[in-house]
Amino acid sequence: MSIMTYIGAIGAAQQEAMAADPRVVILGEDVEANVYGTTGGSKQRAQQGDFVQQFGRSRIRNTPISEEAIVGAAIGAAMTGLRPIVDLSYSSFLYMAMDQFVNQAAKNRYMFGGQSSIPVVFRSAMFYGLATGAHHSDRPYPMFMGVPGLKVVAPASASDAKGLLRTAVDSDDPVLIFEAVRLWGTKEEVEDGEYRIPFGVARTRRDGSDVTVVGISGCVPLALEAARQMEARGVSCEVIDPRTLVPLDTRAIVRSVLKTGRLVIAEPAHRTCGAAAEIAAVVADEAHHALRAPIKRVAALNMQIPFNPVLEAEMYPTTERIVAAIEAVSADQLDTRTRRAGR
Amino acid sequence: MTLSASLDKDLLLEMQRRMLRIRLFDERASKMVKRGFIPGTVHTSIGQEAQVVGACMALAKGDHMTGNHRSHGHPIGMGSPLGPLMAELVGKATGVCKGKGGSLHLADYAVGSLGESGITGSSIPIAVGAGLSAQVMNEKRVALTFFGDGAANQGVLYESMNMASAWKLPVIFLCENNHYALSTPAHTVTGGRIVDRAFGFGMPGIRVENGQDVLEVYDAVAEAVARARRGEGPSLVEVMTYRFREHSEGLRINTDYRDANEREFWLSRDPVALFRAMLIERGIASAAEMDAVEAEIAQEVEDCVAFATESPDPDRSVAFADLYSDAYLLEDVL
Repeated sequence: MSIMTYIGAIGAAQQEAMAADPRVVILGEDVEANVYGTTGGSKQRAQQGDFVQQFGRSRIRNTPISEEAIVGAAIGAAMTGLRPIVDLSYSSFLYMAMDQFVNQAAKNRYMFGGQSSIPVVFRSAMFYGLATGAHHSDRPYPMFMGVPGLKVVAPASASDAKGLLRTAVDSDDPVLIFEAVRLWGTKEEVEDGEYRIPFGVARTRRDGSDVTVVGISGCVPLALEAARQMEARGVSCEVIDPRTLVPLDTRAIVRSVLKTGRLVIAEPAHRTCGAAAEIAAVVADEAHHALRAPIKRVAALNMQIPFNPVLEAEMYPTTERIVAAIEAVSADQLDTRTRRAGR
Repeated sequence: MTLSASLDKDLLLEMQRRMLRIRLFDERASKMVKRGFIPGTVHTSIGQEAQVVGACMALAKGDHMTGNHRSHGHPIGMGSPLGPLMAELVGKATGVCKGKGGSLHLADYAVGSLGESGITGSSIPIAVGAGLSAQVMNEKRVALTFFGDGAANQGVLYESMNMASAWKLPVIFLCENNHYALSTPAHTVTGGRIVDRAFGFGMPGIRVENGQDVLEVYDAVAEAVARARRGEGPSLVEVMTYRFREHSEGLRINTDYRDANEREFWLSRDPVALFRAMLIERGIASAAEMDAVEAEIAQEVEDCVAFATESPDPDRSVAFADLYSDAYLLEDVL
């Protein structure tokens, strides 16, 4: 095991995937210069040279600023033998290529009766809470959850980012990975060798018995901190990170809610039709009888993102807001325990 | 000497066979839409057979092709058998896409047909990707994409042309200029000539003025293919042609948008009749031989309709397959 940052883990996974399979190529704006640190440049890889030196310019390519052609060409290359990883950098740039994602990547296998395999990975970075303004601050993963045929991944830690990216490269279907830029610098112990993390398997980040807190992407650390604060107040929270949103490990979430009877979901995307809305609907459907309180969502407001950092901070879930939601669903419990403590 | 001058009789007759297949297949499909045997609608390539077949025949086995909404001619031109294509139009289990694609979304990977597209211009970058994989994998194959004069005004074409040119990808951009985007005359919505746009991207642009002559189309595309295969990059080929029927079958619109003289001029230039006459005139085949070829294809079309008619409907479970490569996602989907 060694300590790795989230962004370093992505670089390591890309390096491993490129070394393991000559069909893997990396396409994107400024990938040759390793602008974002995922195509060479950490201490260890600097000794080996960057990706251009290691793999050559045929397999790692700077693209023109042409998202629709980048995404379309990656799909076509995947349909004819390559396994591209596309670095789209800011997740708001995905909108430029919506037709290719929705009408080609998602539909071709189905529409052509299974003739196509489309093994392509689209990485993008969710910049939010970083004063990048409305055009660069986005968390668009729920839109893509609504497109059958795509797989949607949102890692929240270094070890998950590495193992999920390897699985994504192995997948014969298009995978969109949404990275949380706020987590890029966070560190975790990561296995040294190659490993894969299966899609559709949630990670229980913390066991608990009173409240289930589902955290997504950048909200996972906030949920863990909220759980620590609530523990001191006698409320035991189970924190679950689904890790992949399509497929979604609904069983793990439902199983947890059957135990706790309470559910809070925190995510950085907009509240309307977000991942939290979907999870809430599934739990209401499958675990309604176990619920002891209404389900609470802690999501971004249905607003655009202002530039001013003080104003921007108003938009997203915070530890405090998650704590408030946990308090709301466990009010009965808190009352009891407060009374007991008072005696 | 043009490349087509070296084609032997078998290949010339094969060109006529493929044009006839498109003509008779689409004539039959049109009737089947009218009678309700084919659900939805179809877009025929009648009148454009030379443009389709001349381009497809310039490709080799292993090459790739993407197409558009005028979708039957392209796989037929690539050599796809008619039975599974007609079964697909009818929506049968034996359809080339198991009845899930339909007329607009034919694909036959066995002949390099990577898929037609109902979204104008959408399949253009897919061909660029096929060219990219050829280059990275060091394979000598090329990719050709068909798009119309309408799609020539989609931004994705220019992103694709630029990328293919910058990377010297083996791609042929083939514009089927049939003069109309549905009812809109191309010249009213197009600045300059489409072929001239090649210049801006540093690639050759070739305009085939007589796109009703299958050999002229073949020669232009064969040159572009040879260039691509030599690693010299993409070309744009604009083929001037004409759609004899309406945009789609069953579409009832005022036909005033077409000039009567123009229509008469083009209808007199039927690519199937022209090529038959040329083959006979040059002494390559006799009228009797050409009659026999026509009878043979007429029978093929009869057979494909029978195949489609007699084939079973897809099992309902087919609707829930092929979305993902792995089955475990299915319960998530349903």
